[in-house]
Formats: sequence, structure tokens, C-alpha cells
Amino acid sequence: MSDADIVFNNVSRFYGDVLGINKVSLAIPPGITSLVGPNGSGKTTLMNLMCGLIRPTQGDITVCGIPPDHPEKLGRILGYCAQFDAFPKGLTGYQFVYSFLRMYGWSNAECEQRTQASLQMVGLQDAANRPVAAYSKGMRQRIKLAQATAHDPQVVILDEPLNGLDPLARSEAIALFKQWGDKGRHVIVSSHILHEVDRISDQVILLSQGYVVAEGQIHSVRSEVKEQPMQIEVRCDRPSMLAARLFQQDHVVEAKLSPDGKGLLLRTKDADGFYLLLNKVILDSGLEVESVAPADDDVNSVYQYLIGAEGATV
Amino acid sequence: MTAPAVQLETSWARQVGGVLRLELKKTFLSKRGWWIYCLALGPVLLTLIHFLFESSRRNGRHSIGEDSLVFAALFMFYYLRAGIFFGCMGIFSNLFRGEMLEKTLHYYFLTPMRREMLVAGKYLSGLIVAVTLFVGSTGISFFLLGRHFGPAWSDYVWHGPGLHQLGAYMLVAALACIGYGAVFLLSGLFFKNPMIPAAVVWVWENLEPFLPTVLKKISVIFYLKNLCPVEVPIPPPFNVIVIEADPTPFWIAVPGLLMVAAVLLVYSAISARHTEISYSD
Repeated sequence: MSDADIVFNNVSRFYGDVLGINKVSLAIPPGITSLVGPNGSGKTTLMNLMCGLIRPTQGDITVCGIPPDHPEKLGRILGYCAQFDAFPKGLTGYQFVYSFLRMYGWSNAECEQRTQASLQMVGLQDAANRPVAAYSKGMRQRIKLAQATAHDPQVVILDEPLNGLDPLARSEAIALFKQWGDKGRHVIVSSHILHEVDRISDQVILLSQGYVVAEGQIHSVRSEVKEQPMQIEVRCDRPSMLAARLFQQDHVVEAKLSPDGKGLLLRTKDADGFYLLLNKVILDSGLEVESVAPADDDVNSVYQYLIGAEGATV
Repeated sequence: MTAPAVQLETSWARQVGGVLRLELKKTFLSKRGWWIYCLALGPVLLTLIHFLFESSRRNGRHSIGEDSLVFAALFMFYYLRAGIFFGCMGIFSNLFRGEMLEKTLHYYFLTPMRREMLVAGKYLSGLIVAVTLFVGSTGISFFLLGRHFGPAWSDYVWHGPGLHQLGAYMLVAALACIGYGAVFLLSGLFFKNPMIPAAVVWVWENLEPFLPTVLKKISVIFYLKNLCPVEVPIPPPFNVIVIEADPTPFWIAVPGLLMVAAVLLVYSAISARHTEISYSD
């Protein structure tokens, strides 16, 4: 845990009698972190707490060493793209980005340059002088991204940023998030679209009913879910022979041959034991293996195991 | 002053300027504020009709003294008790509450501004709009009301008590904007529905003539009324239940009102620092 992390220390937030999040302790390192959970699980509460838009009922939060109740410091390093599709009335895309940059105390020239750069980043330079109210849903989502990141923040918090984007814009946005993550920024993303979250995340935080169910790199999280046997897919020349050898092991729960006869999907309680055995089989029988890959250490599977199907969109 | 201190001040000034610029762009001459423009332009229209009607009359005109009394009544009973009051309610209570309803307040709260600066910027923008509308309306109405007297009116304004009266009315209108603006900015931060506190304040302000002397002194209109240059007589039967109180001198009324507005603004700034975004409420 360091000043470079976003730290939650035993944080709870209640809305009257309603639980937002409860006793959350986290240290989020730089990189892309996905918040995953069904509606009402506490994702937006967690994000709003990081941004200082709400305060914890108990516990402490620091964002790169800055407490969120100091907006004059936090605003310089943090950008938040909220889920609300709402904009100040009567502004063009350019005015929307530029006007809030002026509140950073920068000169007109610097604000203009940053506005141009951020509009270019989201591909809206041609629509810059059109009113935001006349934008499509995808354009509005992009202008929000531009506004949230125009000041080049160290921490970017994005609540459902892929909503309303077409596939091309979605993949461009994901590339952008990856680029920010690779530069060592914190990129916190909440999304229902689990397979896309899976593609981009360095780590995930799974939330359910206000509690953090799991956190960390997805592979580590998956390996911690002991009660669900690991699924592994093996593509090889003699899957039946491999299946026969595997069934002699106690830890193998299930093995299914693939319809094309060139693969095997197995479920095992001891993945390390399986890999040792596979090496032995290869050496003993000359089995030709094309690929070996875990089939369920993705966000979606972990989500299903830990939280259930409710609220997920795959 | 050291270089970083100068830079910090410049930065704060730019931040407040940024809020001002955005707020004026959003609110000044916006469609949703049509009723506030109607409140400000109503008396202008009325005095324009009066001017046109009186200009076409050959005889039976009022005296300038009578018209200045009419203007005093218009100012006291329309501008202070209705127009400026409700106009300020519409402008200032929406500065924060309106953003909350439109789910746009988080854009402001996420900028690296001290909330005190944000309150100051928003208040100043509201004040510019309110003063432009209502002080401007007061000035135009005053000129239009007596314009039909021709050179006699010009003489009254430039060589008689007219200019002093106009200055006093405009000052009172500006003070009303400052005072009611601070009240409604605070109510917009505290109440989900600012109509309820507005109704309470309005009833209180309008009961002022009938309140005991001690209670009169906690009403804005008591100080403003005393600053008006022409006293409006209360007609019967209300005159018998009106409680007279010693007028507050100018040197107490003006700084006093400004100080009350400052206290309310400081309290608003402190509240804004603890305000949370809760769009779902």
C-alpha cells in the first residue's frame, strides 16, 4: 500500500438505513481495475466515494495520498465520467469541455489547446461546434470522456463508459483505456459488459450487496474459488487416451470430448496436479498437444461462481 | 506579495471567472428563465403604456409629484414585495438546486475549486443577472413614468430631486438583489423544494408593516423600505393596524444588509463544502 494507490480503509457508507457499501478495505494499484457487480452492489457508491461526491459514514479514503474531501487537490489528479446522461444546457461540445477547464485556473490558450486535444482524442473535432443536446448517445458518451480526461488526470474513473457506444467506438475506447493503463494511470471502470471488462482489466473488484466479494488479478481470484473445479481445455491428437488417464485421478471431476474429436474439456479441483500429469503423459506416450488453456478464469466465470447470473451481460 | 501567492490569487480569480462565464452563458437570456424576464419587464411595459396613454391626452394630466408617488408605490408593492423577491428566488435558488435536478452538479464539484469559490462564482453570476434585470427595469420604468411631462420631467430629473430618487431606487433594488439572492442561494443548498422557505419568507416580509418593532428588524424589507426616497402612505383601513417604528439610518441599513448577506454567503460556502451529490433523492 503506497501513496500511489487508491486506499479504502474499512469504509462503510449508508444512505439512511440502506446499505451502500460495508466495511470495504482495498488498495487499488495503478492500471486498469474493473468494478463488477449487479445493480445495487455498490459500484457507483465506491466511485462516488473516491471522487469525494459523497462521504463515507465511517472509514478513510485516500486517492494517491489525497483525501477526497479536498476537491481543490483531488480535482487536479482525478477525472470522473459519471453514468448520468446529463449536460449543462445550451452548450456545444467544445464549450462543454472548455468551460469546465476554465475552472482549473488555466489560461485561455491552455484551455483551448487542451479542449482541442481531448476532442481529437475522442474523434469529435468535427462535431465540436454542435450543441451537445443534438449529439447521438454515443457522441454524448464520448464528449463525457473528453471532458473527464481533458485535464490529463492521473486517476480516471469511468462509470459504465461503454454504454451507448457502437462496436467501433467501443474498441477505440477500450484501446484508449489500455493506453492510459499502460502509462501507469489508475483507470477504474465499472461495466456490465463482462467479456469486454475481461479483455482490458489488470485487476477486478467483485462487489455484491455492498460487500467486496473478491479483488485482485482475475487469475488469482479464480484460483481462490476452490469450491468450483477449474475448467481447462486441451487441444491434442489423442483426447480419449488423455481422458482415460485423467479419470484415474481423484481431482478430476469431469472430462468431455469436444465434438470434433480433437479436444478435451475437463474440470479439476487441482489444476497444478493436472499440469504435472499432463507433462508426464506427454513424456510417456508422446501426446501431441496443440494448446492448453484455462476455460473459466475470466471475469464472467468468476462472476457467475461468486455472485450468480443476476445483472450480468456477457 | 510572493510569486506563488500572486499565482494562487490569479488562479482563484480565473476559477471564479470560469464559473461566472459558464453560468452567464447558461442562464442569461435562457428560455427557462422567461418568467423572470416577464417579472422584470412587466413594470417597464406598464409604464410604457402609461407614457403612450398620457402622451396622447390633451388635459387632465397628473402632477409630477403624483406620478413620483405612483412610482414609489409601484416600487414598494411590486418590485420589492413581488418582482425582485420572486425573481431572486428563481435565479438564486436554482444555482445549486437546479444543477442537482438536472444532474449536472458533479461537473462543478469535480473541478479543483474550493467550494467557497464555486459559491462565490455562482452567486456573482446570479447577482449580475438579477441586478441587470431589476435595477435596469427600475431605471427604465422611472424614466418612462414621467417622460410624458416632457421638459418639466427633464428638469425634475436633472435639476430637481429626480436623479437622487432614481439613484436611491436603484440602490435599494440592488440591495434587495444582494439580500434576497443570499437568502435564496442558501435555501437552494438546504431545501429540496425552495418554494416552501420562499413562501415562509414572503409571508414574513409582507407582514412586516404589522409586526412589532423588534420583529420588523429581522425582515429585509424593513431596511429597504427606509432607504426609499418617497414614503408610501398606507391606505385605510390598514393604516390603523400598521405599527410604526423608527427608521434605520442609511449608515446602519446598508452595511447591515451587506453584512447579513455576507454571513448567509459564508454559511452557504460552508454548507457547499459538505454538500453531497444525491441525484436519486
